Amino acid sequence: MIIYFIVFNYLPLYGLVLPFKDYKFSKGFFGSDWVGLDNFKFLLDNEQLNTAVINTVLYNFVFIFGGIFLSVTIALLLYEVSSRAVKVHQTLLYLPHYISWVVVAFAAKALLDMDYGLINKILVYFGAVPKQWYSVPEYWPGILIFSALWKSCGSDAVLYYAALMGTDKSLFEAAKMDGANKLQIIRYITIPSIKGIIIMMTILKIGKIFYGDFGLFYNLTLNSPLLYETTDVLDTYVYRALMTLGDVGLSSAVGFVQSVLGFILVIVTNLVVRRLDKDSALF
Amino acid sequence: MKNKLVMKEDRMTKIIAHSLLTILSACCLIPFMIILGSSFESQSQIMTTGYTIIPKSFTLDAYKAIFSNPTRLVDAYKITIITSIAMTLLGLFLQTTYGYVLSRRDYPYRKFLSFFAFFTMLFNGGLVPSYILISQWLGMKDSILALIIPGAAGAWYIMMLKSFFMDIPFELIESAKLDGAKEMFIYWKIVLPLSKPAIACIALFILFGSWNAWYPSLLYIEDESKVQLQYLLMSVMRNIEFLNSEEAVQLGVNSAQVSPPTLNARMAMCVLATGPIVMVFPFFQKYFVKGIAVGSVKG
Repeated sequence: MIIYFIVFNYLPLYGLVLPFKDYKFSKGFFGSDWVGLDNFKFLLDNEQLNTAVINTVLYNFVFIFGGIFLSVTIALLLYEVSSRAVKVHQTLLYLPHYISWVVVAFAAKALLDMDYGLINKILVYFGAVPKQWYSVPEYWPGILIFSALWKSCGSDAVLYYAALMGTDKSLFEAAKMDGANKLQIIRYITIPSIKGIIIMMTILKIGKIFYGDFGLFYNLTLNSPLLYETTDVLDTYVYRALMTLGDVGLSSAVGFVQSVLGFILVIVTNLVVRRLDKDSALF
Repeated sequence: MKNKLVMKEDRMTKIIAHSLLTILSACCLIPFMIILGSSFESQSQIMTTGYTIIPKSFTLDAYKAIFSNPTRLVDAYKITIITSIAMTLLGLFLQTTYGYVLSRRDYPYRKFLSFFAFFTMLFNGGLVPSYILISQWLGMKDSILALIIPGAAGAWYIMMLKSFFMDIPFELIESAKLDGAKEMFIYWKIVLPLSKPAIACIALFILFGSWNAWYPSLLYIEDESKVQLQYLLMSVMRNIEFLNSEEAVQLGVNSAQVSPPTLNARMAMCVLATGPIVMVFPFFQKYFVKGIAVGSVKG
């Protein structure tokens, strides 16, 4: 039976999802003046763009796999301690997730500022030379990776921990009775029991591997041109191309490629996962 | 004998886990402590000893300077509160209705509509089309609507809500229908009240998300009186001299020798903008955990 009233209720949402998400690319403004593949050709020999692509993919790669490792480790640690302590840790670990990158940028500034930053003060205290954090690109991969993991790992860990709590406790008991040690339990029981959700999160993240976290790369670096070499990602590049250069053709072409590649990646990863293990696949 | 060994091993892992977690939690907290500490530190002290967690010379100068000229902060607060509330209400309405029909087993188009929503998670047009659509076609440039509507609904929450709604026994809905209840009545009086915790959780997600939003302001707003708090913070960060204004000079916080309180004021601004959300965070945190737990297990 069709529910008429509800249909009318969500029809506005129909309208929302449609224009904001998958419909609009290639229609209106590509149609306005057909230039064929010119915009895409331009993509190929653009050095700045190439740097941005490489940065985006490399950073995301590290974020994804570093993130899995760290957050699963934290989840396992949470599983070990008593539930009262877990509550405190959960709250604190979750905190960075609910703070915007803007605020994180303030904290980073307080830590890294050339003249007044805490880290430079500590360096001076130990007799080292203070570093110009905001003008040397070589420092930034480390800083960005640290910040990204710092912000996302806690909340991911809480999620994995929640999944762990949902698993069958008797398995752990049985393994312990059989004399399995901690590492064996982790390897053969704990990890497999939350494998599904780890894989799901990873597939979703892989789909976004061509998307740089704009908040991270824009705010934390203060959008400093000095650092573009190691901090420019596709999203910041597209944003600049659109807002400062006004190059709609180029930036929309990049966006298009991002979408298509991301989509293909998700499908392929999912296919591979389904081959290996049918139950873990996302769809 | 073996039991004792296991016990000992258990205690060891517990201690290690505790200490590691404590270090990690501290890492999560320290950056915020620096912002808070520095906001109470005097400008001259920061000049000599840098940003700090525990202020050596406790002062409220930074806050005084901000409140001497609070127009922009108040404006941004207003905008943020309005957008947050509007976005939460609109988002809840759109997403619960959509999620609800997807959860109804007797709804013929649910497969298609599920895919319709899920597809948007995998594929989207990118920044430029959205920008053109919102700023030109919909004419939302410099309008508060651009801060509310585009981000109000998304597939992720719909999927979460769907799995929440799926938990409601279908027999309940069917028997209500047999008793002659209208669809709208079922949705409003049976389904929604039954999923209060889920809805509270999603509402909090949206609320926190829109409180922290700055991206829409960056893209769509040029009028400075219409930006969100977080965007105001961004421009404060860019523009160090922001508070170095006439008012600050007149108030005497800025005498000839002492430089104006900009370093600490920046941090104070950050505290004022983020304070409310951080303060309420611990109270709501359990809902978040509950929410992601349910949402994730059912996927």
